[in-house]
Amino acid sequence: MTTEAVEVARPGAIGSPSSPSRELWLRVRRKRLAMISLVVIAAIYGGGLFASVVAPYSYTEQNLDRGLEGPSADHWLGTDRLGRDMFSRILYSSRTNLVVTTAVLISGSLVLGNGLGLLSGYRGGAIDGAIMRVGDVFASLPGLPMLILINATFAPRVVEFVRWVEDHTFISGLVSSGAASYLTVFAALSLFSWVGTARIIRAQVLQLRERDFVMAAQATGASPFRIMWRHLLPNVSNLVILQVSGTMGAIAGSEIFLSWFGVGVQPPAASFGQMLFEGSGARTFQANPHLLLVPAFFVTALMFAFNLFGDAFNDAVRGR
Amino acid sequence: MAAYVIRRLLWLPVTLLIVTFLTFTIARFGPGDPVSIAAGQFRDPEVLAQVRAERGLDGTLVEQYVRWLGGAVRGDFGDSFLQQGFTVNELIFPKMLVSAQLGFMALVAVFSLGIPLGLIAARLNGTWIDPFIISILLFLQAIPVLVVIPPILWLFALQFDLLPVGGWGGLVDIWWIGGVIAIPIPDPHLYIPLFSMSLGGFAGVARLVRITALEVQSEDYIRTARAKGLPESTVQLRHVLPNSLLPVVTVVGFALVGILEGAFFTETLLGIPGIGRFTFEAVVSRDYDVIMAITSILAAVFVLMNLAVELTYGWIDPRIRLGEARS
Repeated sequence: MTTEAVEVARPGAIGSPSSPSRELWLRVRRKRLAMISLVVIAAIYGGGLFASVVAPYSYTEQNLDRGLEGPSADHWLGTDRLGRDMFSRILYSSRTNLVVTTAVLISGSLVLGNGLGLLSGYRGGAIDGAIMRVGDVFASLPGLPMLILINATFAPRVVEFVRWVEDHTFISGLVSSGAASYLTVFAALSLFSWVGTARIIRAQVLQLRERDFVMAAQATGASPFRIMWRHLLPNVSNLVILQVSGTMGAIAGSEIFLSWFGVGVQPPAASFGQMLFEGSGARTFQANPHLLLVPAFFVTALMFAFNLFGDAFNDAVRGR
Repeated sequence: MAAYVIRRLLWLPVTLLIVTFLTFTIARFGPGDPVSIAAGQFRDPEVLAQVRAERGLDGTLVEQYVRWLGGAVRGDFGDSFLQQGFTVNELIFPKMLVSAQLGFMALVAVFSLGIPLGLIAARLNGTWIDPFIISILLFLQAIPVLVVIPPILWLFALQFDLLPVGGWGGLVDIWWIGGVIAIPIPDPHLYIPLFSMSLGGFAGVARLVRITALEVQSEDYIRTARAKGLPESTVQLRHVLPNSLLPVVTVVGFALVGILEGAFFTETLLGIPGIGRFTFEAVVSRDYDVIMAITSILAAVFVLMNLAVELTYGWIDPRIRLGEARS
């Protein structure tokens, strides 16, 4: 495995008037395309975040008399087969996507990827070998079939478990809200998303650990945890941000794909994947094009914005 | 170099063992009991036990796995639960053939269209055409496969009635002129799946080639080539092109993965009897042996492909010394 060391603009010296993260932000600010994409992402996810306030209807509210209507004053983006308001469904789908993407980024990329990458690079030896071999195994698994398999087999078990929790505690409404299915999607995606980050962080740490400041920290008797947390992590933070900005789109897309296949977030929770599935099919498209076009517009806009932002951000971090 | 290759080859079976064992465990973990489905109306414990033994579902998980592995290394993946009377091999190989044909053609399309477009965009860097091409490519890359298919299908199959709505008709169709002259043409069932499957990969390859070509353009050896009076066409073909292709080789694997994953949606939406649609059916209906066969074959293909890509990387660009980047 050739681990490509990514050249990252060095953070400014300690005590310099502007902090490295501020400098980076200023460089990103100058890229107009990055800012436009950021606005698009913020608009779509912001709608999701405040879905319960913004949405004119509930995502489950049916009105069978008014199914399959085109856009109108009552329903800005029309209604689906069950007469549910498409605009509200879009907002709640975006909330679903936001929740899953954020959770997977935090657990998969930030916690698992970062932690294992630091540990692997700094400790080396058997720990490094073990972590990287496990990573190789995950990297060699066929992703989509495995995700489908995991979600199809574990999801019913998780729902059973959550139902048991509901029966034995005061918590209720978890299963009926579809929250249990979020859990499996999130766990399965996290399991597959840490390898890339861990490899990149490890490659960088391998170089960093030979540097003087690490040796100085070791000489003062700092614990390995403290060295990793206080000395190494700040030096790889740019790489982490880079990795996160590059993989956000892929993770958001995976949630949509899984839900499209019916193994992702379960109804009645709204998801872009389900909405796209309901609008697919040539005859459906012929009769009610808005069923596909409405979610397709938002999904494409979101993916487009993620790609543009990732690219522009990459350029900014590398000082281009 | 040789030691590195050998080490990687030795790891291959270990990786495959872990992968198959993981899949085996996950597949067995789901709800529902295929034995009671296979036994039909018989609820007799004896009958159930007999079916269990026949299907190789008795004993501990490890025992079952070892038994499965014994068959798999000899190329025997057992019987299908879902489609009684068929072995897994009879079911999956015809479907794999369909998917492989489709995937191979999509791969050819991705690279034969993506590389020239990327080089053209790089040549036109500085004019308005380059950013124009790039924004279209970025847009194409952003559209998920599952969004593209219905409108295309509607337009070409329903509105203009030019292409079939779905299905599979092999690779070559014969076009008869006057019932006498036969002209072989690509089967009309191919166009829509090929188009939708290669769209994203094509855009990705074109963007990659453009970036590398731009970097190569500013290298010293290109300036030297121009300085010694080589015609621009020679500079482009002999110096820029080969050096721009290096990263392209490394994405062949990624492109193939993308195409395979795209095949899941394409085959499902277009009713193509390939492995993508079949995998999904097998997972949902818990057809253990089919799931196992597909995952292990796919995993083997993935691992081998990654290895091949890495080795070609070092072979094309001698500056890269494999195995020495590790410390």
